[in-house]
Amino acid sequence: MKGRTLGRHVKEGGKNLVRNGWMTFASISAVTIMLFVVGAFLLLIMNINEFADSLEDDVEVRVFIDLTADEENQSELETEIQDIDMVQTVDFVAKEDGLESLITSFGDQGTYLESLREENPLNDVFVVQAQDPQQTQVLAEEIQTLSYVDDVEYGADIVEQLFSVTNIMRYAGIVLIVGLMFTAMFLIANTIKITIIARKREIQIMKLVGATNGFIRWPFFVEGLLLGVLGAIIPISALSYGYVKLVEVVQGTPELSFLTMTPPNPLILQMGGLLLGIGAFIGIWGSMMSVRKFLKV
Amino acid sequence: MITMKEVWKTYPNGVMAINGIDIHIDKSEFVYVVGPSGAGKSTFIKLMYREEKPTRGTIKIGDEELSKIKERHIPLLRRKIGVVFQDFKLLPSLSVYENVAFALEVIEESKANIRKRVMQVLDIVRLKNKARFLPHELSGGEQQRVAIARAIVNNPSVLIADEPTGNLDPETSWEIMKILEEINDRGTTIVMATHNKEIVNTMRKRVIAIEGGRVARDDAKGGYGYER
Ligand SMILES: Nc1ncnc2c1ncn2[C@@H]1O[C@H](COP(=O)(O)OP(=O)(O)OP(=O)(O)O)[C@@H](O)[C@H]1O
Ligand SMILES: [Mg+2]
Repeated sequence: MKGRTLGRHVKEGGKNLVRNGWMTFASISAVTIMLFVVGAFLLLIMNINEFADSLEDDVEVRVFIDLTADEENQSELETEIQDIDMVQTVDFVAKEDGLESLITSFGDQGTYLESLREENPLNDVFVVQAQDPQQTQVLAEEIQTLSYVDDVEYGADIVEQLFSVTNIMRYAGIVLIVGLMFTAMFLIANTIKITIIARKREIQIMKLVGATNGFIRWPFFVEGLLLGVLGAIIPISALSYGYVKLVEVVQGTPELSFLTMTPPNPLILQMGGLLLGIGAFIGIWGSMMSVRKFLKV
Repeated sequence: MITMKEVWKTYPNGVMAINGIDIHIDKSEFVYVVGPSGAGKSTFIKLMYREEKPTRGTIKIGDEELSKIKERHIPLLRRKIGVVFQDFKLLPSLSVYENVAFALEVIEESKANIRKRVMQVLDIVRLKNKARFLPHELSGGEQQRVAIARAIVNNPSVLIADEPTGNLDPETSWEIMKILEEINDRGTTIVMATHNKEIVNTMRKRVIAIEGGRVARDDAKGGYGYER
């Protein structure tokens, strides 16, 4: 196709947008709302994932060593644990150290526990970290079966709950997004259909004088693309601005310091690219669907 | 130029519009297609530029057999055939010049070429001085001349017209006929369906009469042959 012709198609496509005023507005609004939800969900899910990852890193298995085990038994046990594939690190915490940190963690009231130093009730402990935090539970169960293990403890519940929350969010998000996407596509297809009906005569004449289907399709392609891209502008700018501000606020508030947020820098760029892509895709898809039906006649 | 062999056309609703037509039209011929209303004249013409496909039989334009042309090459066929209608089919928002240029824009001609060709054909139909006018600012005859200019602007070897004078008064109809004859003199084959008895009887050309979807008569220099 020649550049001059492309210029003509772009001009025609733009003219149609203006000509269909309200329908154009409705289509762009639908895309805007849809992309808003997609973008917000994306940011939320990315952050929950990040938060879950940070918690996962703290997940460890505490192995309480049987009181009857002597030093030799202990090092045997340590080797056995280390031989398990899933294991990343094994740290030994002697019961004296354990008590020490327990007393410290109680602060002032810790002094009441001083007397325990005489007869330490704690076990020696191995702190085991799994290579993949999701394996923690399996790992804990395996360690439980080893000899000289009194008990094992791990923060399974939090981790599992977190995983199920992110999964539910992901699925709910996908369902919502797909629904909205179809709505937007339907509206775009309808807008373009109105354009086409208005230009029915023109198309008929174009075909009569030997225009190819491709030539006829181009302005509608441009129109769909413009609908999608225009619909993406507001959600991208609003969500980017909002997210940067939110991160600033969270980081500036000491009470919220436990929240680790995904840094805006690559994230909002990725989100922007994705929203722009989705917008363009459904715009083009919607317009091509309605043109195809029409050109067959 | 145009050959039909054993052509039949039944519309999806069961109407049998064309029932076994064999016809040959040579290059540079001028042919009237006459017959009563509903006889199948428009269908006969639509088959030529592939607006309708025959149910049976073969149609050749030049040395191309229409049924062998791929769907996506139909536009190439259309560029070799100019078509004119009773209702002109002009785009109301475009000027005379733009309406004619439109046929060259869709085939991506250069601006300079478009300008040259459009001015040439507007000269042929004697509308050079009204190039900037919009269709509604023209008389019916003038609008039909614009349509003819558009039909011939890419030098088609065949010009097909379905009742081109159907909406025009007798005097204006004669203007159109003179222009068509001129175009024919330049070597363009013309096939024209008409109900205009006076024209057919005065400007004597080959006459193909269609009745009930069949060729009832085919005279080299025939008359209209129907009482209105
Ligand atoms: N698209 C169509 N679908 C179904 N039937 C059609 C269609 N077009 C025409 N017909 C039928 O085919 C027959 C021939 O119609 P056609 O238009 O070819 O006649 P015609 O000779 O051009 O008539 P007129 O002089 O009134 O223009 C008619 O009975 C008509 O009802
Ligand atoms: Mg007719």
